[in-house]
Amino acid sequence: MKQKKIDKTPARLDFTQSVTGLILAIFISAHILFESSILISNEAMYKVTIMFEGYYFFGETYPGIITFFAAAISVIFVVHAAIAVRKFPNNYKQHKVMREHVLRMKHEDTSLWIIQITTGFIMFFIGSVHLYIMMAEPSNIGPFASSFRVVHEHMGPLYFLLLLSVVSHAFIGLYRLAMKWGFMEGKNTKVSRARFKFLMKTMIVIYIIVGSLSLAQYTYIGLTHDFSEVKKYKSKIIDLRAH
Amino acid sequence: MSKEKTPRILKIGILRFDPHDPEDVPHMETFEIEESDGMTLYIVLNEIREHHDNSLKFDFVCRAGICGSCSMLVNGRPTLACRTLTSKLDENITLAPLPLFELIGDLSIYTGKWMRNLNEHLETWIHDKENELEVDKLEEKMEPELADEIYELDRCVECGCCVAGCGTIQMRPEFVGAVGLNKIARYHLDPRDKRTNAEYYELIGDEDGVFGCMTLLGCEDVCPKDLPLQSKIAYLRRMMIKTSMKNN
Repeated sequence: MKQKKIDKTPARLDFTQSVTGLILAIFISAHILFESSILISNEAMYKVTIMFEGYYFFGETYPGIITFFAAAISVIFVVHAAIAVRKFPNNYKQHKVMREHVLRMKHEDTSLWIIQITTGFIMFFIGSVHLYIMMAEPSNIGPFASSFRVVHEHMGPLYFLLLLSVVSHAFIGLYRLAMKWGFMEGKNTKVSRARFKFLMKTMIVIYIIVGSLSLAQYTYIGLTHDFSEVKKYKSKIIDLRAH
Repeated sequence: MSKEKTPRILKIGILRFDPHDPEDVPHMETFEIEESDGMTLYIVLNEIREHHDNSLKFDFVCRAGICGSCSMLVNGRPTLACRTLTSKLDENITLAPLPLFELIGDLSIYTGKWMRNLNEHLETWIHDKENELEVDKLEEKMEPELADEIYELDRCVECGCCVAGCGTIQMRPEFVGAVGLNKIARYHLDPRDKRTNAEYYELIGDEDGVFGCMTLLGCEDVCPKDLPLQSKIAYLRRMMIKTSMKNN
């Protein structure tokens, strides 16, 4: 029997939105943890930095790897944004009706969506700035170079806003993904949903605390370190010319 | 002897409007009702109509949460008036008609028209080309577990609460909503319905269907029949993605 061809695009868009979101959320949860290695010591953060520059694989550092990663994440970021933007209210009427609905319903999951829309919108701009800098200056990452950027290149406030946005967006998004696809759905879906929601809130709190502490540490280093001579951190153990 | 508590005086604010009266504008009207034991909003509304204002319009049939007629916004959330105990609410209660549906007047809305439209659009009946005309033939046997599963979803009373509780459909009224998706999940489970997955995809495989759902879960949380809407929509989403991947 001959069948009519189905239009697969809506399925592909929905699936791609979820997959790109998942990749970005996993990436960001790892990113913030690696970033927080500064809380252990400057040396620890330095080791993490050169690990991503390939030192432990090639014996030398290639900051180009960072550019490559940043470019790959940028592509996923743009794809995710382009697909997800179709869910935004796209005229004043839709915006108004949704606002009234949220205020009237006082329903948590509906209100969380407003946070996602808002943080998503914020990240169009500040996320792009951050990604571009990482692509353009891949070698300026390190205990001192990053601190310099936070304090003397005034990236601190932007990073803080980005931290709040990305953490809430990512974990609310992961929770919604689990609900959307029925991931690890228990016999009693109400119980598994409550657990996922608790996990989401816990992760948001933990990540914002850890992220803020790291940012505070970079700020502290930025304010106290003397950048007049060498901007870059010098390891006592590992000797490299590039850093 | 314990002293008997004086009953609360409930202040019921109702959004009133008669769309057929060109002079009328939507306005709030408040009625004061003395609370009694086991009082539901359905009883409150009858009290108002009997003792305060006999022009108040609202729908009801079964008064027991079976017919789905008395759905309305109670303090902003859609629910059935007959299943809402006043003792669970504050003294100030606001009632409004469900949004999106055609307003007949005050709290009375025409859900039937909307639902009929939806059912015709989604073809929510058994499709079986081969046995279409054989009404005398005995039905095939079905496992009790499967029958239970189908029955579970068949409990939908089309009250419209999930529609009024859905943020997506507020913005995009073409969206079929949880009531429509639940019905598709029900027919998809039913072995007597011979529609293929590709045929189901034709019905709900777009952004007015399952891919339009933004998983705000208002439907799941307001459904007076506690239908497993989140889980069934997730199931349809997985099924539709698989269908799109298989069909070339």
